[in-house]
Amino acid sequence: MAARTLTIDGKQVSADESATILEAATDAGINIPTLCHLDGVYDVGACRICLVEVAGVAKLLPACTTRVSEGMEVKTDSERLRKYRRMTLELLFAERNHVCAVCVANGHCELQALAYTLGMDHVRYEYCFPRWEVDNTHPLFGMDHNRCILCARCVRVCWHIEGAGTKNVSGRGARSQIISDLNQPWGTSDTCTKCGKCVMACPTGALFDKGATVSEMERDRTKLEFIVTAREKKQWIA
Amino acid sequence: MDRLKVATVWLGGCSGCHMSFLDLDEFLLELADKIDLVYSPVVDTKEYPENVDVCLVEGAVCNEDNLELLRRIRARTQVLVAFGDCAVTANVPAIRNQLGLRNDESVLQRAYVEGAQSNPGVPRHPGIVPPLLPRVLPVHEAVHVDYFLPGCPPPADRIKAVLTQVLAGAEPRLEGPQLKFG
Amino acid sequence: MDIDDLNEIAQKERAARKRYTLRCCMAAGCISSNSKGVKEALEKAVKDAGLEDQVEVRGVGCMKLCCQGPLVQIDAQGEGATIEISADGQGPLYQKVTPEDAASLVATLKGGKTTVQRGDPAHPFFTKQLSIVLANSGYVDPERIESYIAADGYQALHDVLREMTPKEVIETVVNSGLRGRGGAGYPTGLKWGTVAKTASPQKYVICNADEGDPGAFMDRSVLESDPHSVLEGMAIAAYAVGASQGFIYVRAEYPLAISRLQTAIRQAKQYGLLGSGVFESPFNFNIDLRIGAGAFVCGEETALMASVEGKRGTPRPRPPFPAESGLYNSPTLINNVETFANIAPIIRKGAAWFAGIGTEKSKGTKVFALAGKITNTGLIEVPMGTPLRTIVETMGGGAPDGGRIKAVQTGGPSGGCIPADALDTPVDYESLSKLGSIMGSGGMIVMDETTRMVDVARFFMEFCMDESCGKCIPCRAGTVQMHHLLNKILARQATIRDLQKLEELCDMVRNTSLCGLGQTAPNPVLSTLRFFRKEYLDLLVPDTYGPRQNGKAGAPPAAAPGR
Repeated sequence: MAARTLTIDGKQVSADESATILEAATDAGINIPTLCHLDGVYDVGACRICLVEVAGVAKLLPACTTRVSEGMEVKTDSERLRKYRRMTLELLFAERNHVCAVCVANGHCELQALAYTLGMDHVRYEYCFPRWEVDNTHPLFGMDHNRCILCARCVRVCWHIEGAGTKNVSGRGARSQIISDLNQPWGTSDTCTKCGKCVMACPTGALFDKGATVSEMERDRTKLEFIVTAREKKQWIA
Repeated sequence: MDRLKVATVWLGGCSGCHMSFLDLDEFLLELADKIDLVYSPVVDTKEYPENVDVCLVEGAVCNEDNLELLRRIRARTQVLVAFGDCAVTANVPAIRNQLGLRNDESVLQRAYVEGAQSNPGVPRHPGIVPPLLPRVLPVHEAVHVDYFLPGCPPPADRIKAVLTQVLAGAEPRLEGPQLKFG
Repeated sequence: MDIDDLNEIAQKERAARKRYTLRCCMAAGCISSNSKGVKEALEKAVKDAGLEDQVEVRGVGCMKLCCQGPLVQIDAQGEGATIEISADGQGPLYQKVTPEDAASLVATLKGGKTTVQRGDPAHPFFTKQLSIVLANSGYVDPERIESYIAADGYQALHDVLREMTPKEVIETVVNSGLRGRGGAGYPTGLKWGTVAKTASPQKYVICNADEGDPGAFMDRSVLESDPHSVLEGMAIAAYAVGASQGFIYVRAEYPLAISRLQTAIRQAKQYGLLGSGVFESPFNFNIDLRIGAGAFVCGEETALMASVEGKRGTPRPRPPFPAESGLYNSPTLINNVETFANIAPIIRKGAAWFAGIGTEKSKGTKVFALAGKITNTGLIEVPMGTPLRTIVETMGGGAPDGGRIKAVQTGGPSGGCIPADALDTPVDYESLSKLGSIMGSGGMIVMDETTRMVDVARFFMEFCMDESCGKCIPCRAGTVQMHHLLNKILARQATIRDLQKLEELCDMVRNTSLCGLGQTAPNPVLSTLRFFRKEYLDLLVPDTYGPRQNGKAGAPPAAAPGR
């Protein structure tokens, strides 16, 4: 365990050598916007929202998967980064049917919150209006593919916290889709333990408790945190 | 200073944004001293006038009438504000877009035939029901929009924030949760 | 197996050579025009003519001029051949051969005449080529290891195992100046050195044979024509970096390449050239095949490794690079087919020889698959630095039917279009990237004046959109929007604001995508915009409802534009 010293947004920060830029920044009270990141499961660097500029590196790097290094100079906020983040969100909103007004997660949605935080006041790209189904076959939960952003948090918690391996991604490109088992109705899945961790992990209204209506779907992420802390640090937080 | 000529328009939407506008309460009185409301669902003007300073457009662009009016508005208006989620994102009216292009006929069937309690039949006489567009558009996909005022509906204080800035001649700026959709 | 055994096999094979060899192309291109039937008919004709002890009919790999296939060429050795032999020892080349032609071809060996179309081995298409990777292609029988051994095959592996340290091997590759032939041109020796220096009990060598660019078939030809050269290159690499297990990731769409690789691996194992104790040294090396399932993105190295592990083939962020942490989190050397095929010749002939070919920064040769609006389509291998004009005009014969070349596309969906007035550009990594294109894996698509460049851009964007794995948002959703905007432009419904939107998206997708597929997906648009911007502008319509219409004096527009 060796410490590394780096600069984030002009602020001197020290972090363990195994820390990511995101962890180092969070420790130092610097907020980097994220979307596919979820505390407790491994990062995949897929959403590209947390991209940061690192001096001497031509490419933008995802803060969630890039390890700190000695003397690294990180910029988490610039006109360019803000523009790219906004465009990424616009692309997401145009991709599927994110109708906030009638969404179960309205008011409790990370995508929605990120959009207003980053100043996205409208979407300049033409909406795709794809036709996606809602899987309501599960006794406790529902999956609305219209609201899915394919962050795969549900897949990661299902495999790496619950260990059930029910959720997965099928298809390619814009036709990618979260599936249960071998692409069958969720309610017919033999592996699903009905633990609900996927629902807790979902950032949008894609996964929801049955019975929740507009704006009612609030998540309890502390349960995930509880399990991960218990497992990794052997601490049973109240 | 001249009083600003302000218009509000209701395209394909539920009028909730206008209801929210009326929730401005006493600010409406303040507003009345500063503006002339030259065209609105709440005033009796048949033709959209020339030389309008600010127009709030509620609703998505759903049919030919919406599109024609919107184009006239754009040509006669200095500052066009997309007012509410339907105008900004096409929102609920655009859910029919998920049925694919050329969904207009099936939408009419559902509304006038399958759901009819009496006299089922799609009204086809010219001038009765304006033809639906093949796909519902947010306002900025049809004409240039100067400012966006999201919300379903936008709360009164958000409307007030924008109007105050516009009336002061400033570029209206909404930030953070003031930009929340839904 | 030791060196004496190897030499004995080679001598035996050479001694068995008959007076005439009828080389019949058995690569996928010629097979699709029935070269199998031709070969069988030739064998029968030889038998019928009673010439079995004088004539060998040999199925060989690609003979390069694919558009004229099936190809058959006759070699003669010894005095008094009845066929004409050119000054450089080339026998007659026959084109578009059918099974019915077999009897008359064999008859020429007895002084008969034939009306079968003759090719010209003295044409610049052949004479301007310099074969290193393709040296055996069209000569050795890819299904017989003895044929490869007779062409000095596995000599380099023996020399490396017996006479060189791994460090010396890497030094040789570094000194040769060889750069990755998969497209990016990363120095091969440097990569090998990194893997070698990373300490780990387990390391892997992977050959990337997931060739997927539209119009590219170089790697397929190498695998079909000379699979052992790739195996030998991999084995040398494994010795140099300290790996004991190799994988060849080959796409399922290449069934012939797969079957020849399987045959080659089996034969090499039987001879003790792969497996445990290669050449009776302590070096162990096994190679297994992994068959792709049709995803272009699996040519990206991190996605490829995920696929080899049996996972969904999606890329992951780098670093860590495969050289540090790759397959099963072990250090992994991953090179392209053509890169590996260069290794044995470099070892045999020396780094200085290789470094003497090509330009200052791009050494050796490059194989290109010539396709599109060009007279001579096929496979060529030329020294780095050869001007594009030599390739497409002198060798390729220019556009057919008197057409004029408008542009040359290199690098597939990651590359760009080089306009005709830049044809004098030498083909090397730096010159092509200066023009906004890339060397790429070797696909070269020629376009004539009838090609609309916006169409080309849309074609490649559609390709990237379909092949995006869907993991990162810029590539998954950005390609959809760029494709939509290109469609809108082509439908004459787009305004200058749409074009600006397209350019902004190009910049964003290039800078924010997770892997090379997304990062390079905008290239065909950017390069056609750079050289053929007018074609885009000509398709735009006036911006009727844009900001310029604002204002107190505005009047309703006269006509509504169609949506």
